[in-house]
Amino acid sequence: MGRKLLLENINVPGINTFDVYRQKGGYRAVEKVLKGMSPEDVVEEVKKSGLRGRGGAGFPTGMKWSFLAKPEGKPRYLVCNGDESEPGTFKDRYLMTYIPHLLIEGMIVSSFALGANTSYIYVRGEMMPQIRILEKAIAEARNAGFLGKNILGSGYDLELYVQPGGGAYICGEETALIESLEGKRGNPRIKPPFPAISGLYNCPTVVNNVESIAATVPIINDGGDEYAKLGIGRSTGTKLISASGNLNKPGVYEIELGVPVEEFIYSDEYCGGIANGKRLKAVVAGGSSVPILPANLILKTLNGENRLMSYESLADGGFASGTMLGSGGFVAFDEDQCIVRNTWNYARFYHHESCGQCSPCREGTGWMEKVLHRLEYGHGKLSDIDLLVDVSKKIEGNTICPLGDAAAWPVASAIRHFRDEFEWHVSRPEEAMD
Amino acid sequence: MLKVSNTEEIVFTPELITKFNEIVARYPEGKQKSALLPILHLAQAEYGWVSTPVMDKVAEFLDLKPIEVYEVATFYTMFFLKPQGKYVLEVCRTGPCCLVGAEKIMKYIEQKLEVKEGEVTPDGLFSWRGVECLAACGMGPVLQIGPEYTFYENLTEAKVDELIDGLRLKTAEKAQII
Ligand SMILES: NC(=O)C1=CN([C@@H]2O[C@H](COP(=O)(O)OP(=O)(O)OC[C@H]3O[C@@H](n4cnc5c(N)ncnc54)[C@H](O)[C@@H]3O)[C@@H](O)[C@H]2O)C=CC1
Ligand SMILES: Cc1cc2nc3c(=O)[nH]c(=O)nc-3n(C[C@H](O)[C@H](O)[C@H](O)COP(=O)(O)O)c2cc1C
Ligand code: SF4
Ligand code: FES
Repeated sequence: MGRKLLLENINVPGINTFDVYRQKGGYRAVEKVLKGMSPEDVVEEVKKSGLRGRGGAGFPTGMKWSFLAKPEGKPRYLVCNGDESEPGTFKDRYLMTYIPHLLIEGMIVSSFALGANTSYIYVRGEMMPQIRILEKAIAEARNAGFLGKNILGSGYDLELYVQPGGGAYICGEETALIESLEGKRGNPRIKPPFPAISGLYNCPTVVNNVESIAATVPIINDGGDEYAKLGIGRSTGTKLISASGNLNKPGVYEIELGVPVEEFIYSDEYCGGIANGKRLKAVVAGGSSVPILPANLILKTLNGENRLMSYESLADGGFASGTMLGSGGFVAFDEDQCIVRNTWNYARFYHHESCGQCSPCREGTGWMEKVLHRLEYGHGKLSDIDLLVDVSKKIEGNTICPLGDAAAWPVASAIRHFRDEFEWHVSRPEEAMD
Repeated sequence: MLKVSNTEEIVFTPELITKFNEIVARYPEGKQKSALLPILHLAQAEYGWVSTPVMDKVAEFLDLKPIEVYEVATFYTMFFLKPQGKYVLEVCRTGPCCLVGAEKIMKYIEQKLEVKEGEVTPDGLFSWRGVECLAACGMGPVLQIGPEYTFYENLTEAKVDELIDGLRLKTAEKAQII
């Protein structure tokens, strides 16, 4: 069994309550930082841990924290990103549902490190039950003296609030999230300036994913060096993987980074193989925005090495033969699944979710959806395939935020690896629909 | 699209106003606009959808221009701009759920309710629509029902029957008591 840091106690009855969480050693990290560490010490431990942002971009958390501007007379904010909308990703929901105090504890530790006295957890509006769970956990923590004024007599004050979104994938992008938290439409801002310089209410702000914040708790408890011993290379620690699609045991798994993909798919400790005795056809390894890979390339790199669940190994081969770990949304496709239909489905998603600010994204996602729809429904032409590649290239890199790229990559990679399936849809229109 | 009717006079209940004020207190002085999304959710839970008069009243409460509320309510998919069924079944239609049968479930719901996506059943009880990934892909197919966004996972046709029939029965029983 791999080491578990976040989900170690997930099966303890009542772990969602303050009392049981506390009995199991919860809030020790808060005691440790408030009673004997400076904010700089905390940042240093997180740096040493090598923790990389679990929201998908993988940016080193400690480094981001050290970039936070500290101008006189301006408050600083920590905003937790609980928008979780990337198709294939459902780990943050799991964590917030079953062990909410881990997130609350992480928020206290992280807010202290950043010198924030008001922090927000932005949760997608559809997760109303999770919002209630977090509000209850916050009330419990406050009653026990872990939130509010002068926490544990340390002189440190923190207020923590949960903010609901309104149903918009784009609000997971950190600057759109900030706009949304300010009560506006979720239109991303141009970066730089990064939120660390100018974020919420134009104040220095750190936005971190739910899982990144939760990971600060074991990092503080055990020390950054201990955390960094887990994992492989620059992929330190553990990662929550959301496994879905045609698997025997879909669900959320905490893995030590570096587990072979093959083991993750087929071993009983994890997904237990492909459902209904079928064969694996393809995998989207890091949420819908990352390139899809056929079975042979997800199990082994082009050089024939075992592919591992790590930032580096999944990216091995670049976009020609690799993909990305992203948010850890691992979607498995069995041999009966139609890649064209899936690509059309994703294109529809991105078209629906484009905020409409940049023409390449707004128009391009619409075109891709339309062309993929006609291919899927047997009205396509052979030239449509190249047209799709062309549109995807025109979006890539030409937009304010990476949603444009996220829409382009799945289409480009599906054609790269499954071109014959697209051609089949053109040559056999009457069968394409079945 | 927006339904414009200013004949209706909206009066928020004192309980609702208390909740609104609690929300406004979460943000710094002068940043009450941040309360807009949470307040729109509460307003929708109260009225079933957000009509123009409701939005105007929210604007007045938060000291915003009405357009600031309209542009937000129209951007986010969770806010209904026209009346819905009492229960809105929102089924995830995105890729991972489709791998495990979401499209079949949507067809089944359409057949069972005998209304198309976005329409309301004649008894006013149900409407349904496909929505994008609900962050529950490993438990697909899934659907949610507002305003508390109760969640139903690993849907089968039998589970859909049980759910819809159950809600019909509950409403019929309530009607009898009244
Ligand atoms: N979890 C989910 O549901 C989803 C996750 N994603 C992921 O999001 C990723 C893209 O996210 P972005 O935020 O656009 O990536 P990014 O690379 O621009 O930023 C990553 C983080 O590092 C910070 N950062 C980067 N450079 C910085 C600097 N010089 N100074 C201060 N801070 C700096 C940013 O503020 C941000 O918090 C994709 O790779 C994708 O995997 C995308 C969609 C949904
Ligand atoms: C379109 C889009 C959607 C995103 N959605 C999310 C999300 O739902 N959750 C999340 O944590 N990060 C999401 N991100 C990444 C955030 O912008 C940001 O990188 C992240 O919250 C930083 O936290 P981390 O460093 O802890 O990963 C998204 C990015 C893009 C471009
Ligand atoms: S890339 Fe798309 S989602 Fe991002 S800002 Fe531009 S239009 Fe909006
Ligand atoms: S695809 Fe349906 S919940 Fe994610």
